[in-house]
Amino acid sequence: MDFIKLISSLAIPAMFFLILSYGLAKDVKVYDCFIEGAKDGIDTIVRILPPLVGLLVAVGVFRASGALELITYGLKPIISVLRMPPEVLPLALMRPISGSASLAIVADLVKTHGPDSFIGRVTSTMMGSTETTFYTIAVYFGSVGIKNVRHTIAAALLADLTGIIASIWVCGMVFGWN
Amino acid sequence: MLNYIWSGMILVAFIIAAFSGKLEQTTQAAIDSAGTAVQMAIGLLGVMCLWTGLMNIADQSGLIKVIARFLKPVTKLLFPQIHPSSSAMGAIVLNMVANMMGLSNAATPLGLKAIKELQKLNQEKDTASNAMCMFVVINTASIQFIPATVIAVRSSAGSNNPFEIIATVWITSICAILVGVTAAKILQGKERNLRQYSMRRYAKYRKAG
Repeated sequence: MDFIKLISSLAIPAMFFLILSYGLAKDVKVYDCFIEGAKDGIDTIVRILPPLVGLLVAVGVFRASGALELITYGLKPIISVLRMPPEVLPLALMRPISGSASLAIVADLVKTHGPDSFIGRVTSTMMGSTETTFYTIAVYFGSVGIKNVRHTIAAALLADLTGIIASIWVCGMVFGWN
Repeated sequence: MLNYIWSGMILVAFIIAAFSGKLEQTTQAAIDSAGTAVQMAIGLLGVMCLWTGLMNIADQSGLIKVIARFLKPVTKLLFPQIHPSSSAMGAIVLNMVANMMGLSNAATPLGLKAIKELQKLNQEKDTASNAMCMFVVINTASIQFIPATVIAVRSSAGSNNPFEIIATVWITSICAILVGVTAAKILQGKERNLRQYSMRRYAKYRKAG
């Protein structure tokens, strides 16, 4: 399990090394290129800020009112079999539907429970390893006018479910269960 | 859909808060969360810029295309119906690599091009072909080398090691993708047999008639 932690800490330095040295080898003006690309980062953040405000408010009031407790209480039998921390359930339900809503939930959980807690690690892993399934299906098939998507939704949701369960168990086995 | 979920969450929250006497806390949570959202966006800004800047170098230097070449054997397996040197396959591979590098701005246009090319090869224009289903299933799964957004969230929340989840993200992604691809392969096989079966029956019926 130490090996897995080692890979995590080497991944980013390796990316820096690979990208910069390949860029230099190909005579790319790496610094200018970096600055130009970094502007896209600002656009991304500006784009996600309005949905983030709206959705974090929804998540915040939902939790403060006690509504979240009611839902997780109702679904307790299922989530205890999966060893899922009840706090993570809203993320699992929201992940295939909305990317910014999931990001809002992740931000909320990481802030409340700490990024280095079990909950913080599971939410981070879940968020990083899954995509906004319904949005993706709608955008791609919608763009070419496909109406019958056949087995796409079933296969994609099975993959999501696997990602949700695996993120709990992989984190449990790598970092310990608490 | 988000219209209903979003408004539903807020309305349900305030109704429950009214019954449980938590109205004041809930109102406070609304105000606080709006502030948190802005703080968070600012916290994300630095890491996002660093990452999109670095990825722009990878894009401009042609590194993406080099990695795409290594992916050829995998894509041949996933899309046996598509010719390996066709423009459809080219767009598919570049879309997959852009997704891996976290270049979502580049991945979506490439993906749209890929699905357009696949539609040209598609027999029934309103029904997804096997290749189209496989392509979209792969896109609904995440295949990021570096989950930059999550790392940014973790570091802005003061994590001791924001990167420690990279390998767990990889393992989890691989599990999810394997299940998605396998499910797509199994389900498409069944459906194709069904269609052949129905066509045979139709042929028999026509002969008899």
